[in-house]
Amino acid sequence: MSEQQGATISYREAMREAIRDAMRRDERVFLLGEDVGRYGGCYGVSTGLLEEFGEERIRDTPLSESAFVGAGIGAALGGMRPIVEVMTVNFSLLALDQIVNTAALLRHMSGNQFGVPLVIRMTTGAGRQLAAQHSHSLEGWYAHIPGIKILAPATIEDARGMLGPALADPDPVLIFEHNSLYNVQGALPAEPPEVDIARAKVMRPGRDVSLVTYGGTLAKALEAAEQLAADGVEAEVLDLRVLRPLDEATILESVRRTRRVVVVDEGWRSGSLAAEVCARVAEQAFFELEAPPARVCSAEVPMPYAQHLEQAALPQVEGVLAAVRSVLG
Amino acid sequence: MDLGITREQGLHLWRQMLRVRRMEEACAELYTNAKIRGFLHLYIGQEASGVGVLEQLGPDDAVVATYREHGHALLRGIPARSIMAEMFGKQEGCSRGRGGSMHLFDAASRFYGGNAIVGGHLPMAVGLALADKLQGKQRVTACFFGEGAVAEGEFHESLNLARLWRLPVLFVCENNLYAMGTALERSESQLDLCQKAASYALHAQAVDGMDVLAVAAAARSCVERVRGGEPAFLEVHTYRFRPHSMFDPELYRDKQEVEEWKERDPLVTFPERLAQAGLREPADADELEKEVQAEVAEAVAYAEAGQLEPVEDLCRFVHAEEVQS
Repeated sequence: MSEQQGATISYREAMREAIRDAMRRDERVFLLGEDVGRYGGCYGVSTGLLEEFGEERIRDTPLSESAFVGAGIGAALGGMRPIVEVMTVNFSLLALDQIVNTAALLRHMSGNQFGVPLVIRMTTGAGRQLAAQHSHSLEGWYAHIPGIKILAPATIEDARGMLGPALADPDPVLIFEHNSLYNVQGALPAEPPEVDIARAKVMRPGRDVSLVTYGGTLAKALEAAEQLAADGVEAEVLDLRVLRPLDEATILESVRRTRRVVVVDEGWRSGSLAAEVCARVAEQAFFELEAPPARVCSAEVPMPYAQHLEQAALPQVEGVLAAVRSVLG
Repeated sequence: MDLGITREQGLHLWRQMLRVRRMEEACAELYTNAKIRGFLHLYIGQEASGVGVLEQLGPDDAVVATYREHGHALLRGIPARSIMAEMFGKQEGCSRGRGGSMHLFDAASRFYGGNAIVGGHLPMAVGLALADKLQGKQRVTACFFGEGAVAEGEFHESLNLARLWRLPVLFVCENNLYAMGTALERSESQLDLCQKAASYALHAQAVDGMDVLAVAAAARSCVERVRGGEPAFLEVHTYRFRPHSMFDPELYRDKQEVEEWKERDPLVTFPERLAQAGLREPADADELEKEVQAEVAEAVAYAEAGQLEPVEDLCRFVHAEEVQS
């Protein structure tokens, strides 16, 4: 909603404004996915866009993730700039072949002849008692794959700003939107901020420990830092923002300064993005560390429905505080 | 007997089929000599299908094919030398040696692979057609696949979407009766594949894939329909004479069956029909052979002489490269 720029705006509205802006600027851009049109988007991101842009450019699809993600790939090859909305990361598994075996590989296996300038957005994460099949955080999995870029906007600024550069990228970009963020409100300057899709960002400076996180757990890390400050511990909070390729330089710069690192990641611990961050820190800054790297991840269990169990399975502020205390010795 | 074609048209179709046949025979030999490695899926026996369909496309149309695509690539206009160099893994290859036999690509002729996940390329064809429709371009996207792909979800999702959105895709199902080693009747509850397509409200027709003129006629009418803005489904009844790949001991089919199909080899029957129709001169066979063998020999020599990409370039082409200023 343009009239809301310069004022307080929700993450959902920021994302919607980003789509609207992209569609106004470039007629090659269109949105397709399940219930993006008449329903207004499962999470309400695209509400109102059908009325403005019409059915050709806000395309409701059948429930056929493989076909409509693949159609996005084909349309990108054919000169369009599609934004595919997959309702949630859980359903993206039905399109995994299209994403991993086609979108990510095509430039390479065609000898640089065919790039796929496609943006795929999807909701990720748990916390709303949606149980095991609707609560995955599989962005770390996708970050394993060469040929795609993985973004995790955790702020209003990134929700508004990341889509533009993602659409300008000549290769596939996946955007993961944590479901807990849509209602978050924040200020956005009247002039949309220019953001990069390459660097991690220090969200709170500190000198005693680096909290490295992204997406839905950023708020928890910031809350932990706030509580630690009350105890005289100054935690630096780093928002990864881009999960692939990782901004190793910013991570290492922070860790070398604080000499301690805790990675907070809603994915499962085994083979996680947190594991990758820790491995890189250990490989390159091992002798500068005062303590072994620590991780706060989800418990290795399918997400339970019952609220107390779900909350127990997810990274929490208390867990972050405990991990920080352990690395502080 | 009037075939409804001129002598020149007849010789052209014969030559096109022969080019595919001889190039692939050379590939088989080169595989045995370890010049070509990986998987090698030969199209030998199915040439009338590719020739009959691809003759109907124009230069602006698009082709999306499977891993049994050497023939389609050649017929689409990718030079034999680029195809051969690709199979040799040389940087002069049509995919710089990054793709190999299963991943032939060519932007100039809008040849979108060379896709080796069965059924996985059908959505791409739908998307290419969607882009054409959104941009008001009157182009056809021809998507080839085997009958094995009709068991995949992508077949059903793609046909549904193409018809729902009225997209200009020609789905060409080259039914050679075996999905690798699994016979159609052992994998499908409905053996009439046209019925499957028709159930998504597509125009669907089947044709004898050993008869290049029949394929050409059927494809022509389908392409006209597609150019009018509707998807269509063409099932081509064909047969591969060779094993699925170079690793296949062919335990799943009778030698007798293969021999029976070979009696219908389009490279035997079509020249005979040309002769019966008075369209063939005695010297034609030798001249065509000479011409085609020369093309294949040149392609092999080119591939042999090609360069291997420097290992330092290993990690290139994962993402677009920065333009050097």
